[in-house]
Amino acid sequence: MEFEDFAPKLSMLLYGVIGFVVVVGGLLLLLDVVPNYFARRREAALVAASLSTSDGPAPTLGRRVRKHREGLLGLAFLLPALLLLLIGLVIPAIRTILLSLRNGDSTAFVGLDNYLWIFRENDIVRVLLNTAGWVILVPLLATSVGLLYAVMVDRARFEAVAKSLIFLPMAISFVGAGIIWRFVYAYRGEGDQIGLLNWLWTLVGGEPRQWLNEGPLNTFLLIVVMVWIQAGFAMVILSAAIKAIPSDIVEAARLDGVTPWQMFWRVTLPSIRPALIVVIVTISIGTMKIFDIVRTMTNGNFDTNVVALEMYNQAFRYQQAGQGSALAVFLFILVIPIVIFQIRNLRRQREG
Amino acid sequence: MTTTTPVLAGEATAEPTPRTAAGRVRKRLNSRTATIVSIIIALIWTVPTFGLLLSSFRPEDDIKQTGWWTFFSNPQLTFQNYNDVLFGRSSSSGQLANYFVNSLVITIPSVLFPIAFAALAAYALSWINFRGRDWLYIAVFALQIVPLQMALVPLLSFFSRGVSLGGITLLPPWDLDNEGKFIQVWFAHTCFALPFAVFLLHNFISQLPGELMEAARVDGAGHSKIFRSVVLPLITPALASLAIFQFLWVWNDLLVALIFAGGGRETAPLTVRLAELAGTRGGEWQRLTAGAFVSIVIPLIVFLSLQRYFVRGLLTGSVKG
Repeated sequence: MEFEDFAPKLSMLLYGVIGFVVVVGGLLLLLDVVPNYFARRREAALVAASLSTSDGPAPTLGRRVRKHREGLLGLAFLLPALLLLLIGLVIPAIRTILLSLRNGDSTAFVGLDNYLWIFRENDIVRVLLNTAGWVILVPLLATSVGLLYAVMVDRARFEAVAKSLIFLPMAISFVGAGIIWRFVYAYRGEGDQIGLLNWLWTLVGGEPRQWLNEGPLNTFLLIVVMVWIQAGFAMVILSAAIKAIPSDIVEAARLDGVTPWQMFWRVTLPSIRPALIVVIVTISIGTMKIFDIVRTMTNGNFDTNVVALEMYNQAFRYQQAGQGSALAVFLFILVIPIVIFQIRNLRRQREG
Repeated sequence: MTTTTPVLAGEATAEPTPRTAAGRVRKRLNSRTATIVSIIIALIWTVPTFGLLLSSFRPEDDIKQTGWWTFFSNPQLTFQNYNDVLFGRSSSSGQLANYFVNSLVITIPSVLFPIAFAALAAYALSWINFRGRDWLYIAVFALQIVPLQMALVPLLSFFSRGVSLGGITLLPPWDLDNEGKFIQVWFAHTCFALPFAVFLLHNFISQLPGELMEAARVDGAGHSKIFRSVVLPLITPALASLAIFQFLWVWNDLLVALIFAGGGRETAPLTVRLAELAGTRGGEWQRLTAGAFVSIVIPLIVFLSLQRYFVRGLLTGSVKG
């Protein structure tokens, strides 16, 4: 590994940073100079107008022009973001919808064939069922663990440290987490087991197993990895919501002599309902698009495949742009009911 | 994807002691089970990572033949795995130093660009009056729900073949290869980050007091001046939390990198390389453990040192959809 290997990369980084400074700095400068120039011209025009006629429509004209300029200026502030969103997201999304109605190399129109294919092919139905399992179990388990933990360490000693421990996996990539857990599930045919799970399993008298090869258990074991990552997110949001419960409510309930159990179900849970919904919705949407964990741990083999991985395989490994696009659109359609549910909830919350 | 922005109150008020004996017993019992359950959860959440970290320092034969928990009866540590996986000459050893640099080169501009563009856009959407502003904001906000899978195929074909409509070339192909592919990755990450970034910064910027803007305007400052010298200093914490989100997202991303950076040693980041090692050399635990830790260590440092901002960002914007 010599420096020459790094030189082209580092110069790219340098170009990138210089590009950033030039683009953003230039934009700010432009936004500074251009309105100033117009302001000066407007002033000159106003002065000229007031010299020729002391009354008249000049001020109102000025205001209308100013409003117009505000619009132009707003556009200038928005331009980079809007342009990038248009080129990088909006137009491609529309093209994906169109591609999903065409065949593998996009040469012929095939109507809804690609969508029918999703439900006809047995392998793909399996993929849909697996994804459904993920979307049901991950939010449920991650939220439960996060809530349980948030309630239990609330106001305990070492609360901050205890929370950090659960929170830490959020910083780890799905690929890294996949390797960590593959090591936990590792299997050896003979000799000592090196995987934690097989070691514990043999301790209680079981035969070592190839955990990731046995469906449907393997899908569940992959789900565990996602729960492991997401529980910290649930815990942080819910813990903040718990702390925001007005203390007079808690005090009143305590004076009424409720048990901790009743306190949890009757006071805590209803008070944190909005936060709970946000957590479940966010984790569901994230889980729907799960890709990296499955790809790293089983690569979709042994009946563990999910929609996002199959989309990647169809579009980029098998070069089936039509079927890949149909799966992408399908993912998008799956997200919509969740978002509608979320918007309804927000609206109801705002109304009362 | 909005939360109700609850305040993170850290103060621990002393719990009143229960007045009855039964209450006291119940409370003790309760807090004991609570302690045990929370310790079990904390163990499940930390032991796998600890096992990986410990294993990465064990000699190859030890890792492959004995569990990492036997380390405590046979303590032997080595840096050999890290040396091999980072600087080893053979292509099978990982050569992660190279991919580590790639990850850095991908991440830094991919964090800078979206934050700057999103801050400008969020300011315009909050404080510049023009027609259709609210609709524009709603449109950008709604783009958050579009899965990035929806954009991958056409965006890649745009980079490699350009955009043409009815035989007329609207945008030429970029024709990037080798290190040039970094530009594609930056571009893709910037586009995909914008909806959430605009949303998060809009939350902060639109909350700034209007009198402040009015005062600056009376003093003769234009929008550009207000943006630079009033808004930017006030939203530094928001910029920090957005930067952490985006950093973690880009550094840990696999999908975008696979498609736009490819698997070559010129541009592929750590995640792509690790996934490849896990696929082709799944049994080489001395490399996988050390390699995984190499990829984890930077985000962990960032995360631990800036956790405060990260949590604040989470509570204001929830996470990326």
